[in-house]
Amino acid sequence: MRYILSIALVVLALPVLLFGLAGVQGRISRVPPIEVFPDMDRQAKLRPQEPNHFFANGTSSQLSPAGTVARSEALQTTAGAVYRFEDAPVNSGMITGTTNFVALNPLPVDEHLLLRGRERFDIYCAPCHGRIGDGNGITKKLGVMPAVANLHDQRIVAMADGELFYTITHGKGLMGAYGPLMPVEDRWAVVAYLRALQLSWLGSSDDLPVDQQAAFKK
Amino acid sequence: MSAIFPKWTNSLPLALGAVVAVVGGVVTAGVALYATPKHTRVGYEPVQPVPFSHKIHAGQMGLDCRYCHNGVEKSWFANLPGASTCMNCHNQVMKDDPLLAVVRDSAATGKPIPWVQVHKVPDYVYFNHSVHVTRGVSCVECHGRVDQMEEVYHAKSFSMSFCLDCHRDPAEHIRPTAQVTHLDWQWSTNEAVAAEMQATNGTKFVHDWKVESLQSCSACHR
Ligand code: HEC
Ligand code: HEC
Ligand code: HEC
Ligand code: HEC
Ligand code: HEC
Ligand code: HEC
Repeated sequence: MRYILSIALVVLALPVLLFGLAGVQGRISRVPPIEVFPDMDRQAKLRPQEPNHFFANGTSSQLSPAGTVARSEALQTTAGAVYRFEDAPVNSGMITGTTNFVALNPLPVDEHLLLRGRERFDIYCAPCHGRIGDGNGITKKLGVMPAVANLHDQRIVAMADGELFYTITHGKGLMGAYGPLMPVEDRWAVVAYLRALQLSWLGSSDDLPVDQQAAFKK
Repeated sequence: MSAIFPKWTNSLPLALGAVVAVVGGVVTAGVALYATPKHTRVGYEPVQPVPFSHKIHAGQMGLDCRYCHNGVEKSWFANLPGASTCMNCHNQVMKDDPLLAVVRDSAATGKPIPWVQVHKVPDYVYFNHSVHVTRGVSCVECHGRVDQMEEVYHAKSFSMSFCLDCHRDPAEHIRPTAQVTHLDWQWSTNEAVAAEMQATNGTKFVHDWKVESLQSCSACHR
C-alpha cells in the first residue's frame, strides 16, 4: 500500500512539476517558435523585406533599376487619361515643360475625392498639423516639434494647388517627403481636402445655403 | 496450493489503470497546453534592433497604423516603415539620442533596419492583408492590442482553426471599415448592446459587401 501511495504522489506531482517548469500557456518568450517541418514551412521563395544575399544590397525587395518607368494604370484627370511616367501636372504639380505650379487640382474634385482626402489627411498630416490643420497636432502638444506650420496661414492659403502637391511630395524645410508614402491620387485628394479646410476658416455664415443661414445665426 | 500471484497483485490492475489514466491525462493536457500554436507561437516577442514602442507611437500619440504600415490596404504584405518615415519626426524629436542611432544610420546609408519578423504564416499558406482590412476585419482580431504593447508579441495562435473560426462566421467579426485601425473601438460600452449591434450590423455588412465565408482548402492553400 505504501508503494502505491508514493507512486500516486509522484504521478500527481508530475503535472505540478510540468506546469511549474513550462509556465502559463502563451507566456512572453524570446525564443522563436519551433517549426517541425522547416522545408515545408519555409520554401525557397523570396518574401518582401527579408534579407537576401543574392543581391548586392542584401535585401529581397529591390528598387527598380535606374531609368525604368512603371507604366501601371492611367489616372483619369480633368484633361483626360494620364500615365504615371508622363510629365504632366498630375504627376509633378507643375505645368508641363515648365517649373510653374498648376493653379488647380487636375483630378475631378467630387465628394469621393474629398472624403478620401479627409481620411488620408487624418492619417498622414494630422499627427503634426492637427485634424483642423492649425498646426496643433500631437507632436506640438507634446512639445517635441515646435516649428509645425499652420496650414491656415495666409501664405499657404495663397499657394497654388500644385505647390501644395509639390510640398507633400518632396517635403519642405523640416517636413519630410510624403511622396513615398502616398500614391499620387491620395496626395491630390489631400490637397482638395486641405482647400476645404482652409475655406472653412475663411467662410462666413453668408456662404451657407439661404435656408440654413437662419438656423446658424440663432 | 501456494498462490502464483501474491495477494497484493489483486490491486495491480486498478493501480495500473490509475497510473495510465493520470499519465495519459498529463500528457494530453501537456500537449494541448504546450505543443500547440497557442503556446509555441503566442507570446513570441523577439528582441528588436531598436526599442520601438507601439504603446508610445500608436497608443499615446494616436498615430494611425497606416502612417507606417502604409501598404496594408493595398497589398498582401503589411510593410514595415522605412527609416525615412521615422525621420519625419525623429529629425527633430530625440535628434541625437543613442536609442535611435540605428535609425539615423539606416536613413543616411539606405541599409535596412534589421527588424525581426514576429508574425509569419508557413509558406504553404496564402494570406492577404488588403482583403481583410478592406472588408472591415480589424488589426486587433489577428494582432491583439498592438497599441498597448511596448514591444510587439505574437498575440494570437494563427493556427488553421484560428483562421477558420472567423471564416465560418465573418459577421461576428467585421466592423465599419473606418474603424479598422482603431483597436479599442467598440459598438457600445455596454456589452449587451454591443453584441446586439454586432449581430445586426455584421449581418448587414456581410450582405452589403458580399463577404464570402471562405472555407474551401484552395482559399488559403493555393
Ligand atoms: C512629422 C510632422 C509633419 C507631418 C506628418 C506633416 N507635416 Fe507639413 N510641416 C511640418 C513642419 C515641421 C513644417 C514646417 C517646415 C518648415 O518650415 O521648415 C510643415 C510645413 C508644411 C507646409 C508649409 C510649407 C511651406 O511652404 O512653408 C505645408 C503646406 C504642409 N506642411 C502640408 C502638409 C500636408 C498636406 C501633410 C500631410 C500629407 C503634412 N504637411 C504632414 C511637419 C509635418
Ligand atoms: C509622428 C512622429 C513620430 C514618428 C513618425 C516616429 N516617432 Fe518615435 N517618437 C516620437 C516621439 C514624440 C517620441 C518621444 C516620446 C516621449 O518623449 O516620451 C518618440 C520616441 C521614440 C523612441 C524612444 C522610446 C522610449 O522608450 O523612450 C524610439 C526608440 C522611437 N521613437 C523610435 C521610432 C522609430 C523606429 C520610428 C519609425 C518606425 C519612429 N519612432 C517614428 C515621435 C515619432
Ligand atoms: C510609427 C510607426 C508605426 C505605427 C504608427 C505603427 N507601427 Fe506597427 N510596426 C512599426 C515598426 C517599426 C515595426 C517593426 C518593429 C516591431 O516589430 O516592433 C512594427 C511592427 C508591427 C507588427 C509586427 C510585425 C511582425 O514582424 O510580425 C504588427 C502586428 C504591427 N506593427 C501592427 C501595428 C498596428 C496594428 C498599428 C496601429 C495600431 C501599428 N502597427 C502602428 C511601426 C509602426
Ligand atoms: C485576418 C488576420 C489579420 C489582420 C486583420 C491583420 N493582420 Fe497583420 N498579419 C497577419 C498574418 C497572418 C501575418 C503574417 C503574414 C506573413 O506570413 O507574412 C501578419 C503580418 C503582419 C505584419 C508583418 C509584415 C507582414 O505582412 O508579414 C505587419 C506589420 C502587420 N501584420 C500589420 C497589420 C496591421 C497594421 C493590420 C491592420 C490594418 C493588420 N496587420 C491586420 C494577419 C492579420
Ligand atoms: C476575424 C476574421 C478573419 C480572420 C481571423 C481571418 N480571416 Fe481571412 N477573411 C476574412 C474575411 C471577412 C474575408 C473576405 C471574404 C470575401 O472575399 O468576401 C477573408 C478572406 C480571406 C482570403 C481570400 C483572399 C482572396 O484574395 O481571395 C484568404 C486567403 C484568407 N482570408 C486567409 C486567411 C488566413 C490564412 C487567416 C489566418 C491567419 C485568416 N484569413 C484569418 C476574415 C478573417
Ligand atoms: C482560412 C484559411 C485556411 C483554409 C480555408 C484551410 N487552411 Fe489549412 N492551414 C491554414 C493555416 C493558417 C495553416 C498553418 C497552421 C499552422 O502553422 O499552425 C494551415 C495548415 C494546414 C496543414 C498543415 C498541418 C499543420 O497544422 O501543420 C494541412 C495539412 C492543411 N492546412 C490542410 C487543409 C485542408 C485539407 C483544408 C480544406 C479542408 C484547409 N487546410 C483549409 C489555413 C487554412
